[in-house]
Amino acid sequence: MRIRTFGYFVREACKSLYRNNWMGLASIGTVAVSLIIFGASLITVMNANYLAARLESNVEIIAYLKDNVAEAEARALKEEINDLPGIAKAEFKSKDQALREFRQELGAQQNMIDALGGKNPLPHLYVINTIAPEDVVKVAEGLQGLKQVQKVDYGKDFVEKLFAVIKWVRIVGITIIVLLGLAAVFLIATTIRLTVFNRRKEIEIMKVLGATNWFIRWPFLLEGMALGFTGALLAVIVVGISYVSFTNYIQSNFNYAVFGLQTDPQFMLVLGGSMLGAGMFIGAVGSGISMRRFLRI
Amino acid sequence: MINMINVSKVYPNGTKALTDITLRIEKSEFVFLVGPSGAGKSTMTKLIFREEQPSRGQILFNRKNISRYKQREIPYIRRAIGVIFQDFRLLQSKTVAENVAFALEVIEASRKEIRKAVPEALELVRLADKADVMPSELSGGEQQRVAIARAIVNNPPLVIADEPTGNLDPDTSWEIVTLLQEINKCGTTIIMATHAKEIVDSMRKRVVALEKGKIARDEERGGYGYED
Ligand SMILES: Nc1ncnc2c1ncn2[C@@H]1O[C@H](COP(=O)(O)OP(=O)(O)OP(=O)(O)O)[C@@H](O)[C@H]1O
Ligand SMILES: [Mg+2]
Repeated sequence: MRIRTFGYFVREACKSLYRNNWMGLASIGTVAVSLIIFGASLITVMNANYLAARLESNVEIIAYLKDNVAEAEARALKEEINDLPGIAKAEFKSKDQALREFRQELGAQQNMIDALGGKNPLPHLYVINTIAPEDVVKVAEGLQGLKQVQKVDYGKDFVEKLFAVIKWVRIVGITIIVLLGLAAVFLIATTIRLTVFNRRKEIEIMKVLGATNWFIRWPFLLEGMALGFTGALLAVIVVGISYVSFTNYIQSNFNYAVFGLQTDPQFMLVLGGSMLGAGMFIGAVGSGISMRRFLRI
Repeated sequence: MINMINVSKVYPNGTKALTDITLRIEKSEFVFLVGPSGAGKSTMTKLIFREEQPSRGQILFNRKNISRYKQREIPYIRRAIGVIFQDFRLLQSKTVAENVAFALEVIEASRKEIRKAVPEALELVRLADKADVMPSELSGGEQQRVAIARAIVNNPPLVIADEPTGNLDPDTSWEIVTLLQEINKCGTTIIMATHAKEIVDSMRKRVVALEKGKIARDEERGGYGYED
């Protein structure tokens, strides 16, 4: 393709963008809205994944031993636990030690312990860290297999809840994105169809004059992609500004480390890049559909 | 140059526009295509520049079977054929010179070629002084001359004109036909479908008469032969 020809394509695309301004604005708006939701879901999912990973790496497993296991046997179990694959550290806590800690936590309400009448209802236990966070479940199952172990506990509930949230954000986000994306594709297709209609005489003349099909198609494709890109740019600006001011707000009002929102340049670049890419893709698909249906060449 | 062998055209709605046409047209010929309305003249021109496909038979253009061409090769057939229509088909948003240049732009000619060829073509149709005028400011005859300039600007070996004088008064019609004759003298083959009895009768060129999709007559130095 000659550079001059490319210039011609760009000029033609710009002309009809200007001519179809209402339809064009509607398409740009829809692309922008769908990509804002896309961006917001992406931010939520990526931050939640990040948070989950950080939490998982801190997860401790607590293995409670059966009541009838004597302290000597319980201490001896340490070797067996360390032999399990994936264990980083196993720390024994006897029932006496557990009771002492409990007593300290209770402070003034010592009478609750006195009410037990000298008995210690707490079990011996091990606090275990895994080497890799994703091994937690496997290690927990291994511990459960030991005959001295009564019950294994790890921050399962919270991690599982977080993953459930991520899953729902994904499902709802993807559904909305797909629906709005389809609407955007449809609107762009309609805009391009209008352009094809406006230029039908010109297209007919071009065909008679021996223009190749791609020569005729390029301006339409560029127009669609320009619509998608503009919508995406709008979405990037809106999402970018909102996210940055949101993180700033969190940072100045809460303990930033707790939330650990991601704002590093690489994350923002991936976010913006994928939104712009998605916008141009929507535009290309939209004009592609219209060209197939209305540009019989 | 053109060789039609047993060509038939049936439109999708069942209309038999052409039936078993066999016709040869040599290089540098000037051929009038005549016949009553609906005889199949336009259909024949469309088959030649591959706007329509024959239902049966073969059309050779410069010994190449154009019905065998793939979709994406069609533009290259059309670059060898200049087409002129009854309704001029100029772009109203472009000036005269831009309309002519458009023919070269869409085939991606260089700026240098365009700058050279467009004034030459306008000179030939005697519209050099109207280069920067909009088509709406021109008379019908002038508009058709712009269309002719556009058709010949890339020097095609064949020009097809489908009723080029259909919208014009007799004097202006003569201007157009004289222009086509000049182009023909430079070696360009011309096929002109027409109802202009007087022109056909006085030009004494080859006349191919179609009737109900068949060749009724094919005469060197022929006449119009109908009373309409
Ligand atoms: N696209 C089409 N679809 C169906 N039938 C068509 C089509 N084009 C032409 N026809 C039919 O084919 C026949 C030949 O038409 P054509 O246009 O070739 O005639 P013509 O000789 O050019 O007539 P005229 O002198 O009026 O221009 C006619 O019966 C016409 O109705
Ligand atoms: Mg006709």
